[in-house]
Amino acid sequence: MTKSQLIDRIAERGRHPRKAVETAVNAIFDAMVDALRQGERIEVRGFGNFTVRQYRAYTGRNPKTGHRVTVPPKRMPFFKVGKDLRGRLNDA
Amino acid sequence: MTKADIIEFVYEKLRAVGSYSKRDAAEIVESVFETMKDTLGEGEKIKISGFGNFVVRQKKERVGRNPQTGDQIMISARRVLTFKPSQVLKNALNEEGA
Repeated sequence: MTKSQLIDRIAERGRHPRKAVETAVNAIFDAMVDALRQGERIEVRGFGNFTVRQYRAYTGRNPKTGHRVTVPPKRMPFFKVGKDLRGRLNDA
Repeated sequence: MTKADIIEFVYEKLRAVGSYSKRDAAEIVESVFETMKDTLGEGEKIKISGFGNFVVRQKKERVGRNPQTGDQIMISARRVLTFKPSQVLKNALNEEGA
């Protein structure tokens, strides 16, 4: 499912115009990107939590050539699945 | 940031384009997460451009260990969800002055 299919799926229910659903869906992910950019944690009960993890610099290797490369420190988003969703993945 | 904060942000965006209520914002936000849960629960992946992909992976049964006691235990076959952030999101977290 892509973002536009997600929008279609919700708009098909006829509760809200597609344009509004599209605006809302874009706003949701914009808000989440913005929060993570600021290092903020996101909690969506039943779905899951997003946190930002800080990684130190390390010396890695290019697996193709074997050359050493220095990987700079970086921040990466991390997702932990919520209870309700985890249950739905496995009760089937 | 919680779901309530997301609803508030969505409400502000909706209000800018029409006469929508906070309730409209809440309904759509709830539908979005419910629809995503339904989709992933069926094993289908979700691709959100500019954010990332949610992928359901099937794990086989395997032998693990209780890290506290060292006892061997059987870990049952299960489906797990992984989130793969998009390059856009990774860049947003690492740009100068972020």
